[in-house]
Amino acid sequence: MAHDPHDHDHTHGHSHDHGHDHGHNHAPPQPDDKVHSYYQMLGIAIKELLIEKGVVGADEVRAAIEKRDSITPANGSKVIAKAWTDPEYKKRLLADGNKAIEELGFQMTTTHLVTVENKPGLHNVIVCTLCSCYPRDLLGLPPSWYKSREYRSRVVREPRAVLAEFGTILPNETEIRVHDSTADMRYLVLPMRPAGTEGMSADQLEKLITRDSMVGVAVANDPPRH
Amino acid sequence: MRGPHDIGGLPAGPVDPQPHDLTFWEKQIDGVRAVVGAKGIYRTDENRRWVESLGEDAYERLTYYERWTAALMRALIDKGVLTQDEIDARVQVVRQRLAETGELELPSVEEVKCK
Repeated sequence: MAHDPHDHDHTHGHSHDHGHDHGHNHAPPQPDDKVHSYYQMLGIAIKELLIEKGVVGADEVRAAIEKRDSITPANGSKVIAKAWTDPEYKKRLLADGNKAIEELGFQMTTTHLVTVENKPGLHNVIVCTLCSCYPRDLLGLPPSWYKSREYRSRVVREPRAVLAEFGTILPNETEIRVHDSTADMRYLVLPMRPAGTEGMSADQLEKLITRDSMVGVAVANDPPRH
Repeated sequence: MRGPHDIGGLPAGPVDPQPHDLTFWEKQIDGVRAVVGAKGIYRTDENRRWVESLGEDAYERLTYYERWTAALMRALIDKGVLTQDEIDARVQVVRQRLAETGELELPSVEEVKCK
């Protein structure tokens, strides 16, 4: 890996379009970017070798990282807000998630998107017990807890307790359905539209729809009080 | 038989809901994986298979992206894209370079690598 400090900057959320990647340092490395393990050195070694052999391009890797960084839960929020405000769109989203998100300019091409709808008395939550499968083409990379042993092990057995650890307390009579994702099938939770949001526009509603509510460890936020 | 990845329903501690940003290094591995995936060299199901075959000890001990890296190495060697010798040699070069630039901060007791 060309350890370019401009790449560093990019990973910290600043955009510097210097367009080079030439393997020497202009600035001292940041402490959290130090290399702490054999496997990190191994990763750097593999990347360098793959680039030198022409298997991958340095520009391709950089583009992949930038594309990944550009996908955020806000994309999912747009989909959910549209479903809340357009009943016909909601039907299409539940019938064929991949096609429905394409209407809004989003793409999930290699996996099947299944939307599960929360209703009064029914709450859905998603997990990948075997690894980390997640609707990453719509919501971005999964949060670290989604990949953790604790979440993967327990949410299928005691979802109510796990949700409580996220501060989400559901009524005892609410059924909780846990959906275990696969490499080919990714789930998206359609949260319930909160009370008191009648008359709010899709743009305003988007702000209430968090990543956690689309995973199902939370419900959508209440509207701001005036 | 349960593999080390097959943990649904097992007891475990509380979930830490705090988000953690990916480090520079983790993003690089994610990027490499995306590109070799898009080129059809190493697909998601292969990544899963190689990660799941790392063995229980490595699965438990390594972080998420360390598992990906160990799995990617094995797959690339298996496919004849890279050799173990050239990888080992390059790791030594990387180690020396990072040590010189002050970017290397290994734990005092270095782990035993798995191959």
